[in-house]
Amino acid sequence: MVPGDGGDQIHAYFAKPVGDGPFPGMVLFHHMPGWDELYREFTHRFAFHGYLTISPDLYCRDGHGSPDDVAAKVRAAGGVPDDRVVGDSDGCVRFLRSLPSASGKVGLMGTCSGGRHAYLAACRGEPVDAVIDCWGGRVVAGSDDLTEKQPVAPVDYTADLPCPVLGLFGDEDPRPSPADVDALEAALREHDKSYEFHRYPDAGHGFFYHDRPAAYRAAAAVDGWQKVWAFLDRTIG
Amino acid sequence: MCTTISDKATVAGSGKGASGWFELDHVYVGYDHPFHAQFDHALSIDFVNEAAGPGSRVAVELDRESARTLANRILATLDLADAYEDGAPS
Repeated sequence: MVPGDGGDQIHAYFAKPVGDGPFPGMVLFHHMPGWDELYREFTHRFAFHGYLTISPDLYCRDGHGSPDDVAAKVRAAGGVPDDRVVGDSDGCVRFLRSLPSASGKVGLMGTCSGGRHAYLAACRGEPVDAVIDCWGGRVVAGSDDLTEKQPVAPVDYTADLPCPVLGLFGDEDPRPSPADVDALEAALREHDKSYEFHRYPDAGHGFFYHDRPAAYRAAAAVDGWQKVWAFLDRTIG
Repeated sequence: MCTTISDKATVAGSGKGASGWFELDHVYVGYDHPFHAQFDHALSIDFVNEAAGPGSRVAVELDRESARTLANRILATLDLADAYEDGAPS
């Protein structure tokens, strides 16, 4: 458990490299299907690569059990509030920086809605040193996509982004569409932010998801993970 | 929540989940990334008992054509049911 938004104790997976450090830290934001086995694997994978890594359960207040059952409840409720996600992220960032083996450098990463949450938290939360947005849906959003819980498109916070961005996207993805990615890239340029985007022509949404045969694209995933490690090595490693 | 397409309604009835039958109080209908179906997006229907917790859920994920077929068959069946209940059949 870690202190999340408002001091709530929320569940989180945590994994650390073997050794004394100092190690950089990573916060991983799970995707829409919930705080699932895939994100436990991701957490271990980042630790294997040398990062103190935490993945908070952003649906923790909505119940416990099978991740998809909890996610179905959250989906029906219109997702989780952006303000709460930022608070949960900040709690995780502070937790990582408090560890004796921490270097103090921290990055954020997420996929799907987690990509949106990573970008949002990087712009609005505790200052971090790197952010990775993997096919985050509704980072760029029209007025029809805004809700009481998600009242502002994260792209509109770009001026406040404190760190470099790595973006990985599939050209076959309807959301974010290539036009959405173009709009995000334009905003980053407008505000003179450091960014690195990679677009994969034969991939759609979720091409890292080896547990989803229709989404997984092995070549794009292998290349994408290499881009992740290189970006993190350069920014927080 | 990549689409924001979701709706819910109160319902009365029963559903059978992993732990057997339970009473239903709501149905969620949405169109977003599925949990299991191998589509980018799916029409999801979740029959739930909110008071009993997230595990009290009967879920289906359908492609749009299947979902329309289902909706039409339900409406057609309900037309027959209404006629039956109104006393038309002998």
